[in-house]
Amino acid sequence: MLNGSITYWRQQLTSGAITPTELVEELSRSMEEHNPAINAYISWDKEAALAAAASADLSLPLGGIPIAVKDNICINGAPTRCASRILNNFRAPYDATAVCRLRAAGAIPFGRANMDEFAMGSFGKNSAYGTTDNPAAPGHAPGGSSSGSAAAVAGGMAIAALGSDTGGSIRQPASHCGIVGLKPTYGRISRYGLVAFASSLDQIGPLTQNVEDAALLLNILSGHDEKDSTSSVVATEDFTAGLGKSIKGMRIGLPKEYLSDGNDPAVTAALNSAVQKLTEQGAEIIEISLPHAEAVVAAYYIIACAEASSNLSRFDGIRYGHRAEGTNGLDELYSRSRAEGFGPEVKRRIILGTYVLSSGFYDAYYAKAQKVRALVAQDFAGAFEKVDIILGPVAPTPAPALEGTDMTPLQIYLADIYTIPANLAGLPGISVPCPQPAGARPVGVQLLGRHFAETDLLRVASALEQAQA
Amino acid sequence: MEQPHIDVAYIARLAKLDLTADETERFSADLNQVLAYVAQLEQWDTSDVPPMYHPLPVFDAVREDIPGASLSNEAAIANAPSAEEGQFRVPKVVESAH
Repeated sequence: MLNGSITYWRQQLTSGAITPTELVEELSRSMEEHNPAINAYISWDKEAALAAAASADLSLPLGGIPIAVKDNICINGAPTRCASRILNNFRAPYDATAVCRLRAAGAIPFGRANMDEFAMGSFGKNSAYGTTDNPAAPGHAPGGSSSGSAAAVAGGMAIAALGSDTGGSIRQPASHCGIVGLKPTYGRISRYGLVAFASSLDQIGPLTQNVEDAALLLNILSGHDEKDSTSSVVATEDFTAGLGKSIKGMRIGLPKEYLSDGNDPAVTAALNSAVQKLTEQGAEIIEISLPHAEAVVAAYYIIACAEASSNLSRFDGIRYGHRAEGTNGLDELYSRSRAEGFGPEVKRRIILGTYVLSSGFYDAYYAKAQKVRALVAQDFAGAFEKVDIILGPVAPTPAPALEGTDMTPLQIYLADIYTIPANLAGLPGISVPCPQPAGARPVGVQLLGRHFAETDLLRVASALEQAQA
Repeated sequence: MEQPHIDVAYIARLAKLDLTADETERFSADLNQVLAYVAQLEQWDTSDVPPMYHPLPVFDAVREDIPGASLSNEAAIANAPSAEEGQFRVPKVVESAH
């Protein structure tokens, strides 16, 4: 296992205690030892990583630091398969902007992290390249959809990783694996080169061992990109500026709708512990209400599947991806290529999305969901007039067992109830691990902030992390 | 709203997805359950609420129109399942009339 944060390894590199090449070699050894059991990575190019290490510029902020990259974020020349059979032979012809920014900061893309196919799933079981195990709770789901990113970081196979979050896909696996996961404000990080699932909800973000590393990566990744018209022109800042600062007098909202009897006792205990720690640090805990909290899952699955059905229409067997053999005519080529290439959950969501957008149902489902989304966003706008940060659970339960957990799609969707709101409203959110008794599965708590208030969000997250240390 | 019922076979044709009989049956059961759940959205009064298609107000985002490097022909077709003479190769599109 390779332990140590970005800050730690940067000190080792700049002091000359280890070279970038040696660090890549050590990481590769750890991966070769642990990946067969965990399946966090589904492809890697050690030679490319070693070549980058040989010319690493240690004067840059992330000089010499290898970073794992989720399989739906393009790396030039590397397999970018979204853990789907339909992209089995696909190699990206360019770097995603997030990857360009990592490279420009001296970081080394290392390995393609496993995921739920096209980021659709909550447990890492929907990958065409095998399920990922949870290094922090073997035999249990690592969470999803950034399953491999979280497992690589938790399992000593990555120093930090990039993931993507459409309805909780960074924060929930971070919680299940006992690490930190940050979904920035919508638009904070360019989505150029992120294979689109639901364009109005998707956001790239870091999965890290601690809050400081999340801030360091956000510093590198954020900023406007002319290649993504939805990337924000709001100025970036030094997101480490609030780390270690007092949170005395900050107002932290606790939504009463999130204190459900349906939450697992370990989740309730983690939340209570966080309330106590934040109070001890001088924060004021204020009960708030988010009246449309129960509507979010219904609105989300309509919107996300509608956008997905449109975005995934590009996989047609013509320009890239799997093409069925022996078809008769263009229509059959499309239908069979897609049937052979997509897994069951992706097909299910394409069907649902196509249905809610179809003639006669559009207003009842899609338009209605977008109006309810506006109500959800209004709830948060009202709440953030009274408080600076909102505290809540990440998921209703710790990681479920990989085997013998038989849930219907609806039951799986309902477990996203606490992470979905940040995507619907475009808010930044972070999952921070809470200390657990020995042998217990990891549990995190979630903090949500105002749009573009990541500095405040990371400040409170770091105060909580320090108070728990 | 009446008890929703999704005609999966019909929707699959719209989505250009060739489903097996087993998939059609399974997705019908799964998605009818999901649709029964999402019907709860009706309880919220949205008569005066504009739909929110985007999480943040977006204005026309345009960039300067400056010619720059773009993907080479070779790179653009490198992932094609079938290509010939620098072009995507597709099966016959115009089918004979029946």
